Amino acid sequence: MIKLTDVTKKYGTKTALEQVNLTLSKGKLIGLVGENGSGKSTTLKLIAGLNHPTNGEITVNGEKVTRKIASSVSYLSELDEYYRFFTVKDAIEFQASQFADFDMEKAYEIMKFMKLDPEKKLKHLSKGNRGRVKIVLTLGRNAPVVLMDEPFSGLDPMVRNSIVKGLISFVDLEKQLILITTHEVMEVENILDEIVAIKDGSIIAHDNVDDIRKENEQSIVDWMTEIYE
Amino acid sequence: MADLFHSSKPIYEQIAELIKKQIIRGELHAGDKLPSVREMAIEVNVNPNTVQRTYRELESMEIARSKRGQGTFVTEDTEVLAAIREEMKAEILQNFTQQMYEMGYSKEEIKRGLADFLKERED
Repeated sequence: MIKLTDVTKKYGTKTALEQVNLTLSKGKLIGLVGENGSGKSTTLKLIAGLNHPTNGEITVNGEKVTRKIASSVSYLSELDEYYRFFTVKDAIEFQASQFADFDMEKAYEIMKFMKLDPEKKLKHLSKGNRGRVKIVLTLGRNAPVVLMDEPFSGLDPMVRNSIVKGLISFVDLEKQLILITTHEVMEVENILDEIVAIKDGSIIAHDNVDDIRKENEQSIVDWMTEIYE
Repeated sequence: MADLFHSSKPIYEQIAELIKKQIIRGELHAGDKLPSVREMAIEVNVNPNTVQRTYRELESMEIARSKRGQGTFVTEDTEVLAAIREEMKAEILQNFTQQMYEMGYSKEEIKRGLADFLKERED
């Protein structure tokens, strides 16, 4: 479903990704993990068509990625960048106007689940609630690919927990592939199918999480620490 | 959420253990319907694919059976259910005795210790 072939990305003289080959299949919740600056966000942006590889090719569902891939890829930025004067409802309606696959009913369901008030302005929301709004907007789309860049970063454990619950309640793994980046594996290890570890712009491991636990009799965190050395 | 599971054992196996324990305790009976994959996933906070794998595992052990379009059910084969009960007991005893032997307790000490312990709990 997502395929990166020999992908290299350079920013000036700095190499963000080097010769990355990666195939991710449908119906999975996949974690892309690694330290800050290891190339996680770059990978997501390239798949979302927000940036172009210096070398190599990326396809989503067999289609070469360009800016137009946005119609089948729902991307959640790590930035907090919606119009602050929008109400929650405005933000949902705006998103619906931009994407044909936006499911209003589902969005309202997620909004209720997240206990958000549709009439509240985004600028009056707490950071945690703005994080929840982003989830509503991203998962409200019935897109085959969902990319989430650090959906938990800077949020307190209760908010993280409600986002995790929202994710497993509303994701449709029959049809969707979810790729989440995080620099803290513990937050997501229980909900992942697969883990992709990235270090200094290279993929150093890609495995099923329960297979890792079974074969190594190790926690994902211990496994990560070991392979990262 | 994290504390429900041991982090170095596969989660699908741990959920299977939870279900087996529910059967042994009599909270789940022969022929009972198990929660849907999604219900179970939300309840224990894991990925639906993981629960799917648990159910497949239980099916291959003949503890559960899936009926097309209806869901997954605890087997009606009471022999299988009795066997799980014995298996679980054997497993706990195995762990217990292994630990006792590792500490250097003799067979007699273990027997006497267990008998005394049970007797004390009775009083």
